[in-house]
Amino acid sequence: MTDPILTVHDLSITFPDRNGELHALDTVSFTIQPREFVCVLGPSGSGKSTLLRILASLLKPTSGSFSFTGGEPKIGMVFQQSNLMPWRTALENITLPLEIQGFPADVAHARAQELIDLVGLQGFESSWPRDLSGGMAQRVAIARALIHDPDILLLDEPFGSLDALTRERMWTELSHIWQRRQKTVLMVTHSISESLFLADRVLVLTQRPGRIKLDLGVDLPRPRADEMRYTAHFGKLARQLKEAIG
Amino acid sequence: MNWKLLLNPTRTPRRSPHWTAYASMAAALLGWWLISHFAGLPAFILPAPEQVAARFWKALVDGSLLLHTTATLTEVLLGLLAGTVAAVTLGYAIAKSRLFEQLVSPYLVATQAIPIVAIAPLLVIWFGPGIFSKVLICALIVFFPVLVNTVVGMRAVPRSLHDLMHSLRATRWQILHMLEIPASLPVLLGGLRIGATLSVIGAVVGELVGSDRGLGFLVNVGRGQYDTALVFVAVFTLIALALALYGLVSFLERKLLIWQETFER
Ligand SMILES: Nc1ncnc2c1ncn2[C@@H]1O[C@H](COP(=O)(O)OP(=O)(O)OP(=O)(O)O)[C@@H](O)[C@H]1O
Ligand SMILES: [Mg+2]
Repeated sequence: MTDPILTVHDLSITFPDRNGELHALDTVSFTIQPREFVCVLGPSGSGKSTLLRILASLLKPTSGSFSFTGGEPKIGMVFQQSNLMPWRTALENITLPLEIQGFPADVAHARAQELIDLVGLQGFESSWPRDLSGGMAQRVAIARALIHDPDILLLDEPFGSLDALTRERMWTELSHIWQRRQKTVLMVTHSISESLFLADRVLVLTQRPGRIKLDLGVDLPRPRADEMRYTAHFGKLARQLKEAIG
Repeated sequence: MNWKLLLNPTRTPRRSPHWTAYASMAAALLGWWLISHFAGLPAFILPAPEQVAARFWKALVDGSLLLHTTATLTEVLLGLLAGTVAAVTLGYAIAKSRLFEQLVSPYLVATQAIPIVAIAPLLVIWFGPGIFSKVLICALIVFFPVLVNTVVGMRAVPRSLHDLMHSLRATRWQILHMLEIPASLPVLLGGLRIGATLSVIGAVVGELVGSDRGLGFLVNVGRGQYDTALVFVAVFTLIALALALYGLVSFLERKLLIWQETFER
């Protein structure tokens, strides 16, 4: 086994609250290997989004630490809502990370065009976000998270707002992207089947304060197809997760 | 003129006036003509439309109208610029820092309670009858609505977009020009649109108090000489000026905010 790309050690966070303190995460520890796809499951309020926000340095933990191998990584983040800038076209939203890194516009546009093809949005380059469907907007957000070639993808329920059909199509697209682009992914989800469809490993958090309750390897063969969910092994893993979530 | 739209900073009228608007204006003109001709009023009370038109032509030809309009327009634009720059800068600081807001807000509220019209004579005494006192009055009158809109606009920038920029390690300057300015532009332009009309009022008030040029000065001259037609000319020119500025900001809004749905329909 290689060195982990991310090491999280005893991470805890408490928020000031009206009646004292709100303990959101409690001594969370885990590691992630390079190119691993890890899903985080847990009840609402267990601190999943908080965990991602800490790892993206948007929030300081109260105690504990985390470190990325090789210094501060480039992060590609997909938020629960697509979180596009309404004054930028689909293409301009995708180029944003490169603009921030100071790339020339023509380079940024060429790369954005590749990603438009990858997520299947040809023809919508100059659409405003208001004219995109939820699934299309989410794909723009995924392309935006990939364009600057990040070391790690932090995805917060990226498909939560999509209908079942689109969601399953997006699973396939995401696992293609993940395989082709060799990314490390940490993805929060509410859906057991989503996590089993995508992940190498699933972490289950407890009720607040979030603690790691289960760290489950998903040894289902890839590529994973829809029929997989009727296999006995899938059913066994799903039951294990379900029991852990409670 | 649609007053609801004038008062609502986030909407811009898009369609040209309906024919009923023209019909209503024609009716008003006819009414004016009838009253001025058959009510037996002297011309210094109510000049007839054709007298005003003739006076307009005369002032246009002898160059005085252009001179005074330019003077007023200069004051209006400089005041608008100064007031907007000051308000946006201060508004940005207020939106960014609660401490700063608490420090300055009592003064802001207090200044807002001062009727600018009432202290205009004071400003003219202090700063002379020249252009500076007028620009100052315009700037003061423009300041508050633009400030409020700046604060509201900046505060309304979604936290999730701030998170996005921080996750990409954007610098302060990048956050300002890639996120905060475009995100608050709709509200800011709404403030500017109100400010533009207010600035015209500010200039006229200053000129009425004391000046040797400008459309407000022209109103004074016309009144002093019982040349009421000239007063009408000045007033109509002021209305045209205010509408032109309003239209200019609306045009800017349509150009800069094409991404907003409201401008498509
Ligand atoms: N900035 C904050 N200030 C105060 N409390 C916060 C803050 N952020 C999160 N919390 C609290 O921490 C707890 C965990 O929130 P978090 O958003 O991480 O949960 P989650 O697991 O993502 O839930 P969900 O599945 O509903 O998205 C919640 O009780 C929330 O109210
Ligand atoms: Mg969440």
